[in-house]
Amino acid sequence: MNKTLKTITSKRLFLPIFCLILVLLINLVTRPDFFSIEIRDGVLYGFLIDIINRASELVILAVGMTLVVSASAGTDISVGAIMAVSAAVCCNVLTGGERAATEYASPLILGFFAAILVGTLIGCFNGVLVAKLNIQPMVATLIMFTAGRGIAQLITDGQITYVRVDSYKTLGSSFPGFPVPAPFIVSIVVVAATVLLLNKTALGMYIQSVGINKKASGLTGIKAVMIIFLTYAYCGFCSGLSGLIASSRIYSADANNIGLNMELDAILAVAIGGNSLGGGRFSIAGSVIGAYTIQALTTTLYAMHVSSDQIPVYKAIVVVIIVTLQSPGFARMRKAIAQKKAGAAEGKEAA
Amino acid sequence: MKKKVLSALLIAAMALSMTACGSGNGDSGSSGGDSAPVSDDAEDTEDAEDAEPAGDADSGDLITVGYAQVGAESDWRTANTESFKSTFTEENGYKLIFDDAQQKQENQIKAIRSFIQQEVDYIVVAPVVETGWETVLEEAKEAGIPVILSDRMMDVSDDSLFEAWVGGNFVQEGETCGDWIAEYLEDQGRGDEEINMVTIQGTIGASAQVGRTEGMANKLKEHSNWKMLDMQSGEFTQAKGQEVMESFLKSYDDIDVVICENDNEAFGAIDAIKAAGKSCGPDGDIIVVSFDSVKAAFESMIAGDLNATFECNPLHGPRVAEIIQKLEAGESVDKIQYVDESYFDTSMDLESILEERAY
Repeated sequence: MNKTLKTITSKRLFLPIFCLILVLLINLVTRPDFFSIEIRDGVLYGFLIDIINRASELVILAVGMTLVVSASAGTDISVGAIMAVSAAVCCNVLTGGERAATEYASPLILGFFAAILVGTLIGCFNGVLVAKLNIQPMVATLIMFTAGRGIAQLITDGQITYVRVDSYKTLGSSFPGFPVPAPFIVSIVVVAATVLLLNKTALGMYIQSVGINKKASGLTGIKAVMIIFLTYAYCGFCSGLSGLIASSRIYSADANNIGLNMELDAILAVAIGGNSLGGGRFSIAGSVIGAYTIQALTTTLYAMHVSSDQIPVYKAIVVVIIVTLQSPGFARMRKAIAQKKAGAAEGKEAA
Repeated sequence: MKKKVLSALLIAAMALSMTACGSGNGDSGSSGGDSAPVSDDAEDTEDAEDAEPAGDADSGDLITVGYAQVGAESDWRTANTESFKSTFTEENGYKLIFDDAQQKQENQIKAIRSFIQQEVDYIVVAPVVETGWETVLEEAKEAGIPVILSDRMMDVSDDSLFEAWVGGNFVQEGETCGDWIAEYLEDQGRGDEEINMVTIQGTIGASAQVGRTEGMANKLKEHSNWKMLDMQSGEFTQAKGQEVMESFLKSYDDIDVVICENDNEAFGAIDAIKAAGKSCGPDGDIIVVSFDSVKAAFESMIAGDLNATFECNPLHGPRVAEIIQKLEAGESVDKIQYVDESYFDTSMDLESILEERAY
């Protein structure tokens, strides 16, 4: 019994999952109806659905961020700004440069393609700065962090650009005849495709080895520069996709607010997922759980009627607890206490 | 070599972040939903220095007014500028020197100094930020030029540094909203019914949020049958408004009125209501009202989704002109002057109002 418990707790994903369950458990006490799910208008409806729906953008960002963190031991802080740019590009292509449109000026697929392309290109730009020019990741991505929203504003003339066509709302709501929220499906596809790509090829291993020791992996023939570049490009792709979903939710491009502060949440998701921000080993699943934990927390606080001005305080407290639970320092302390106890027990037996 | 590239990039990043900071400061008169500014419209910037030679400013009996505007950041701001340009015309006996500060305080200070040099009769400022104005206002005072503020307040230790402030009254807007709801419910014969309300607030601490929440709270006290179930911040955005409304709908089965502290939040709330299989607007189950009255709010009312929107009036020009006329006649003026603000609901001829509206 004790042994099985030990093997479970020593599993890498134990703590992230434990934290997610902990957050959800709060609801079980305060609002038992939190977990009820029903079908309304052919779509699933309930707090849990809100969580998996609203967390989708963050999940996609966290996937890209995990790879960046692993390969370059740094973070891409431009993801939120890239979301704004991709949303602006998409809406602008679809409205044909107008500030509001009730029909597409160009095919929907072209808007999507342009948005994702722009996201990937900005990712490539970051990748060149970090991988090729060896600029510190935070400094390199700071450029797009500050410039990105400016670019988005320029594209949209500083106004909110509306695409008032029903089919544009699909990606942010639900596919017809399908009860699961569309953003959730997209995010799951991205996660699955990424995991497959990393595990079926040697890419996952390459990324980890570059993150652990760039020089050594270079000596074994891995092109570190290329690997790091690719992770940033992929992170840009993910950001572009997230931007599309966020834009589809509000059928508009709001350059000021789309993806605002999302970079921080994405980094936090990676950290809560038990990944080291120092690079190297990573777990996509951990980051995904981290992303859901963050959204679960937000939805929980709404459901508990915590007033707006106090939400940041509660969030901070929970994040501090989660991060402490997972910190190496805390693990050492736990070990020391366990040893002391064992020692005391032995001493008793001897006596 | 690498270091050089790095430092060059760092400088670029710094320059960029400075522009970004300059634009976001202070809360705009029309609440956070506003788009912030990036446009570097050089053509808009009539640099006051080379606009007119100084001698000309005193000529004739035209009253010369220098207006240091924030910049072009949103429809609201553009309408505000237009209001000044159309009020202070030569036919009306004014000469307007307009300066677009492109969201930078240093540009505004420069503009005020050049107004002083040109010996204008009055200076009007829509400050980018609240602080850091004392020195330049002292200079204006020494030169004997009265300063009038528009939209945002200045935080100065000595009130006499400016003559008057003209702007919107957010508390009043909140109260107007409360009165409108009371009247609307009365008309529907629900005046004595138990009414459940929720509020999607603006960004906590923004003057628009504080004032509108306070105004609504004042009205809430007058109606014992009204119940405010919950208040949450939607941060003046459509996405957050939608998320908050989703949560409200799951927490409360019977919501009668949703108050959104700006229009964008209302658009999100309406989507959430529809997604939950309920209806809103004049023919629906839930009454939705919002503030600001942007163009898209009219479209939403015409579509039958939004019930009413309460205006945040950008047309400050006429009121400023009134103050100047009083000062010219040697009368004293009130320090704080609110502009008239109205509201729009679905009982009005919205399409024709929308056509006439400048913003």
